[in-house]
Amino acid sequence: MAIPDEATNGKAFSPDMKIGLFIPCYIDMIYPEVGIATLELLERFGLNVGYPLNQTCCGQPMSNSGDEANAAATERLFVENFRGYDCIVGPAGSCVKQVRCHFDTLPQTDDVRHVRQRTYELVEFLHDVLKVDSFPWAEFPHSVAIHNSCSSIRGLAIAKPSEIMGASFDKTEALLSKVKRLVLVPVDRPDDCFGFGGTFCVTDEAVSARMGLDKVHDHLRHGAEYVVSPDMSCLMHQQGVARRAGLDLKYIHVAQVLNAGPF
Amino acid sequence: MSRAKEVDPAAEAALFILQDQVHEPMHDRFLWATMMRRDEEAAAMPEWEELREIASKIKEHTLTHLDHYLEEFEANATKRGAHVHWALDAAEHNNIVYSLLHDRGVKELIKSKSMLQEECAMTPFLEKRGIRVVESDLGERIQQLDGQPPSHIVFPAIHKTRQDVAQLFARTIGTDPGNDDPHFLTEAMRNNARPRFLAAGAGMTGGNFAIAETGTFMVCTNEGNADIGASVPPLHIASIGIEKLIPRVEDMGVFLRLLARSAEGAPLTQYSSHFTGPRKGGELHIVLVDNGRSRRLGMPDFWHSLKCIRCGACMNTCPVYRRSGGLAYGATYSGPIGVILDPTFDEFKYSELPFHSTLCGSCSDVCPVKIDVSDQILKWRRVMAKKGYLPLAKRLSFAVAGHVFGHPAEYHAMENVAGPAIDYAPHFLLYDRTWNPWGRDRELPQLAKETFRQWYLENRSEHANVQH
Ligand code: SF4
Repeated sequence: MAIPDEATNGKAFSPDMKIGLFIPCYIDMIYPEVGIATLELLERFGLNVGYPLNQTCCGQPMSNSGDEANAAATERLFVENFRGYDCIVGPAGSCVKQVRCHFDTLPQTDDVRHVRQRTYELVEFLHDVLKVDSFPWAEFPHSVAIHNSCSSIRGLAIAKPSEIMGASFDKTEALLSKVKRLVLVPVDRPDDCFGFGGTFCVTDEAVSARMGLDKVHDHLRHGAEYVVSPDMSCLMHQQGVARRAGLDLKYIHVAQVLNAGPF
Repeated sequence: MSRAKEVDPAAEAALFILQDQVHEPMHDRFLWATMMRRDEEAAAMPEWEELREIASKIKEHTLTHLDHYLEEFEANATKRGAHVHWALDAAEHNNIVYSLLHDRGVKELIKSKSMLQEECAMTPFLEKRGIRVVESDLGERIQQLDGQPPSHIVFPAIHKTRQDVAQLFARTIGTDPGNDDPHFLTEAMRNNARPRFLAAGAGMTGGNFAIAETGTFMVCTNEGNADIGASVPPLHIASIGIEKLIPRVEDMGVFLRLLARSAEGAPLTQYSSHFTGPRKGGELHIVLVDNGRSRRLGMPDFWHSLKCIRCGACMNTCPVYRRSGGLAYGATYSGPIGVILDPTFDEFKYSELPFHSTLCGSCSDVCPVKIDVSDQILKWRRVMAKKGYLPLAKRLSFAVAGHVFGHPAEYHAMENVAGPAIDYAPHFLLYDRTWNPWGRDRELPQLAKETFRQWYLENRSEHANVQH
């Protein structure tokens, strides 16, 4: 089958705009393939993507623990690295939420405000900004359970939280449903947190592991082969739980599916 | 820091989970099912989100004019023949109640569920002074017989199985330990408690809402037990927190539609009783209690917690609470609402509570009065960090992580040196290799052979010298 190598959509976006690629620290070191998939995917749409080499982290590990003092230097550096870009895109909901919602202890200069407003999580960038309507190169003949992270759902409105009433939507699902031969499977508790929570997973080990294990069983019960998420940090936790329990589930980032690899 | 941290929810939750394969899964499943019913009930009302907004606004308005509404309530309740007392703190509350009972020679008291009376530690106070206190709510009575505080503000004994209750009743009221049929157990308790209800010299209740316009207060129960306490003995004392005020009778239409749906996924509690003045021949005393509430009202980050109507929905939806059991919080209030209320009573004692959360945000989305529960949890973490109450392990690793992440050269040196990177890199994710709980229930993630940055430098060489 001929797979086109160019996007057929998303062209409305000006090629002059500079897109800053934000690769969070744990993706850089543990899941570089997610960074590669994200970059290649954005390049398929003809975007001008740059990767500031001085980037480190968004400050979330410190900030989430209430440690503003230690978070501040990291947050300042983030703004410094990305202030020159029109849009900043990162394949990590919780890190993007950190930038958008929690860079509030820094003095709110024009640069800080710009960076906060223009930092997007990958799924929302594809769905809301590029308005992508097809991924002709992507094919994934597997059953997939979606895991949207809590930060993506409740912080970035990637999907409707189950507690809030109203019309339901799920941007990750909307994108994945455009991938050929991919079968989405429902789960019992789609947006029940499964216990990563940054430092929580270490300081609250027993609860965190139990939440993770419950989730793994939910996915297995519904016949999922893959769990696909816009947030690798949740998957890192869940993958660890599944592996230790000897359970057979594969965890990949939504960028890898949409870009057709690398896996 | 010499004072030991008395409350360690992570350790207590671990005990709850690891005790057996029964309690935690049952607890989680029951509360999850309650949430599912709540979602269905809420979804059946197209105006649900609007109601939440209105409820939140009414509470905000009332709290910002609290002095006015309290005085209006006092005037109207007094006009109807109730006696209104003001208690600055728990001690004053308990003393007022005790002298009312003592003056009338009351030796036996029945009470319905009241979190405020728990907060004031009223029962032990009265019992020390020779007054026998009997809980009339089944769940509360179970907890009382077991010498435990309630583990949930709506379902006080929800962490117990039927078998636990059968054993407890066998020990305390002499039932057959092998019979754990819920109807049998309920009936046994009814037969045991009835005579006490009838003999009691006074009944106490709490109050879910106090209506300024009429001096009425409302008590919502499913067992009708508050009504027995209010209508059998000659003396009725109600303890009501000053934040329970609402302006008008018609506001009840908003709150009653939200309360039971949020709490238990039912359209209404079985009994929604209004009390306006004493019944004929009886006495009604209302104790309005501050106990830290006016101080909370002055806390810009935390005063919204006073909007709480104690529905417990944030507990039912909380993935951490469902796995921990309420007793793990070691405080009057547990779950998300407990995490943001308890530290207002003692910041140091409860300094670990804000960390017993994944900050998933579900509590804020479920709350019928739109309290920003999750954001307040994060803000409490900031308070604890500023006061130096962070656990030592966290403080050290964040200082290291904060330094490394703030200095790109060191960060990249760390990731470029293959050997030490293995030692250092997971450090900021996993904090301490000697004390490494990650490894117990999870496999460690493997570091990639090549970082994304290295790949980028090799594969996008045209950019490589931009900021190298
Ligand atoms: S904080 Fe909100 S959800 Fe939680 S008990 Fe109070 S009113 Fe209910």
